[in-house]
Amino acid sequence: MKRISNIFAVLAVFVLLLTACGPAATTVAPATSVPPVVVPPTAVPAVPTNTLAPTLKVGEVTDFGGVDDKSFNALGWKGVTDAIAQLGVSGKFLESNVQSDYAKNIQQMLSENMDLIITVGFNLGIDTAIAAKANPNTKFAIVDYTFPDCWPGAVEGTDCASATELPNVRGLTFQTDEAAFLAGYLAAGMTTTGKVATFGGIAYPSVTIFMKGFEAGVKYYNQKHNTTVAIIGWDNATTTGLFTGNFSSTDDGKSFATSLVQEGADIIMPVAGPVGLGSAAYCQTSAKCLIIGVDTDWFVSANEYASVLLSSVQKKVDVAVFKAIQDAVNGTFTGGTDNATLASGGLDLAPFHNFDSQVPQTLKDEIAQVKADIISGAVTVDGVLATP
Amino acid sequence: MNAKVTQTNPEGSAQKEAPKSEGERKKGSKFLQILLVPILALLTGFIIGAIVIALSNDAVIAAYRNFFHAPGAALAATWKAIVTAYGALFNGSIGSFTEIRQGIQSYYATGDSKPFLLAIYPFTESLATVTPYILAGLAVAVGFKCGLFNIGAEGQFGIGALCSAFVGYSIHGLPWFIHLPLALLAGAAGGALWGAIPGYLKGLTGAHEVVITIMMNYISFRLSDWLLNGPMKAPGYRPLTPVVESSAMLPRFFPDPLRFNWGFFLALAMAVFVYWFLFKTTIGFEIRAVGANPDGARYAGMNIVRNFVIAMTLSGGLAGLAGATQVLGIDHWVGQGFSAGYGFDSIAIALLGQSHPLGVVLAALLWGTLRSGATRMQSLAGVPIEIISIIQGLVIVFVAAPAFIRWIYRIRAISVQTTVLTRGWGK
Repeated sequence: MKRISNIFAVLAVFVLLLTACGPAATTVAPATSVPPVVVPPTAVPAVPTNTLAPTLKVGEVTDFGGVDDKSFNALGWKGVTDAIAQLGVSGKFLESNVQSDYAKNIQQMLSENMDLIITVGFNLGIDTAIAAKANPNTKFAIVDYTFPDCWPGAVEGTDCASATELPNVRGLTFQTDEAAFLAGYLAAGMTTTGKVATFGGIAYPSVTIFMKGFEAGVKYYNQKHNTTVAIIGWDNATTTGLFTGNFSSTDDGKSFATSLVQEGADIIMPVAGPVGLGSAAYCQTSAKCLIIGVDTDWFVSANEYASVLLSSVQKKVDVAVFKAIQDAVNGTFTGGTDNATLASGGLDLAPFHNFDSQVPQTLKDEIAQVKADIISGAVTVDGVLATP
Repeated sequence: MNAKVTQTNPEGSAQKEAPKSEGERKKGSKFLQILLVPILALLTGFIIGAIVIALSNDAVIAAYRNFFHAPGAALAATWKAIVTAYGALFNGSIGSFTEIRQGIQSYYATGDSKPFLLAIYPFTESLATVTPYILAGLAVAVGFKCGLFNIGAEGQFGIGALCSAFVGYSIHGLPWFIHLPLALLAGAAGGALWGAIPGYLKGLTGAHEVVITIMMNYISFRLSDWLLNGPMKAPGYRPLTPVVESSAMLPRFFPDPLRFNWGFFLALAMAVFVYWFLFKTTIGFEIRAVGANPDGARYAGMNIVRNFVIAMTLSGGLAGLAGATQVLGIDHWVGQGFSAGYGFDSIAIALLGQSHPLGVVLAALLWGTLRSGATRMQSLAGVPIEIISIIQGLVIVFVAAPAFIRWIYRIRAISVQTTVLTRGWGK
């Protein structure tokens, strides 16, 4: 009996503590109406802004990795925060930890009456399609994905979600091979061993498109300069290449870089998110290789490896997301596909930063010319790869 | 303690009565006593969680800078942060009663059921979330009962999901009453096979099941990677399986987006089955005997190998069934992030539920409900979802170390037999 009463005593103390705080709250801040029964807290910030002008509400649902993955989730969120700062929209994100979170997080965003929901990654394709169909008045933008997502022989609308069914969804895609082409050209021009390398995380199209463009760039440099720079890690003819099988192990990045250097490569483009940071760490300690970053400008996002970062292939997810939000604010949001290219500014080769003095001016001029040629259509990735 | 002994010893006559009454009391409140530590652990977890919430809130920190000028404001900010977070957690896991009432009213007024469905969404979503935790928790509990530490529930879960997904999408034209049980059975069978292998190796060679099940996890992760990128890949380019046929889906009780389905009741039925199996059958008795004392059981003529294999097969089968209910009831397709630790969480659930089927169901209800409500807490109160992991982790620590809870709350050690939990270690 005694211990039971002890427990109640402890409980009572806590209850007293809690209730003791309660009146204090109401006496100090009566205006903010501290509620005994919780009203949805968003009502508090939403009310004053709504009275001035309707604020667009943007919600981002991330894939695994969360908003601090230094990759597409982080870039997507940067697009939202930029929009919050420049366009005055309100925004929040929800992170997905497991597959069943996708639908649940989208549902949570819907229940908060978001105007635009940004889903990051092709994994969210199915759940985005289902939610968009059920909520035609809510706008959606999905990164690295586009509707219709149909395969040969599929019946649009039955087997796969059709674009006409989903006029409220914008697919944000990236013609990344154009920017990777420039990186390949740069690598071929900078190599001293005559071998450059790339490797990927998992053979998703969003990964291999980097490697394809890289190979094309190397090949184009060889054609122009009559050189024989070799590429390790990707062969577009057989569409096979080197993959770590994950997007997380920096140890893999280190060991892949080690063996690629042993094979003679001195410039590596790792297309595997954080895995590439392991490669950069190896290059920094061994001083035997240089790294070309992907997605973001690694000089900014991974500055600790600045001494080995030749450049980066920028896939500007943040720009595409920002544009979707801007269009929604201006009332010009349309569904369909927004394909980012060099021409649209949605892709680019990052500055050389520390290597600016080491890259010859002639090579810089050539790269600028190649970029102009790609934008004008005079040079195409597939065209270069098709030539013998 | 000492004082008590000296007090009771001189009174010879009273001594005889005292144990009797204590024994009666023990019987009467045994259930309460078993629940006492978990409940206090939960309370402690929430209190520490509240402290973390307050400390991670910028407004609260700012208010405390001015503590000596305006202590009331600081306390008010603390209170507000905690109430907002836990209020959102409650609304996210159970639902808001006002919303439910308004939903019912609007249904009677306008015939529109949507507000009502959205109001009960949190509660039904919690039950849907709980389902795999019940089954996977039972899986680990069965292992514990046989003295086996099945860390492989995660792998068995994934294999079960892939097997049932395969049966679900590859067979066409079957009526649901054949297709659905077939898909569920496939999941259970896949998991059972994945569990039986470590059981057999343990029994036959004495290889430690912890090591083997961990290795089996790795094999299953890589196997599913390969399957999703190869043989089981849906048309198109993404590494995920096709959506299962509607005839293989566990029927849902409400229209989209409510995902509450028959899997929950299947899980409850399995809990009853496991209880019956463990406590009312000879095999169950043998399994528990082997778990309590393998040498004794062997001396009594029980086949240790057979019991290890049976326990691990049942354990794996339950974990596989958990994966099956998740894919057939909730997700309908399997992608790379299909399971994020259901199997590992289930170890904690079995621990929290003291390896008893009823305890597991209660622990899973708690676990899944917290998880489910965390989304809303993250969204509305801006509290990171990790807070829930902290609370859950603390609860497990306190349950695993009951002496700590007893010390905090000054409860005397009670002689309720401590359930065999981690006998698997070092055996």
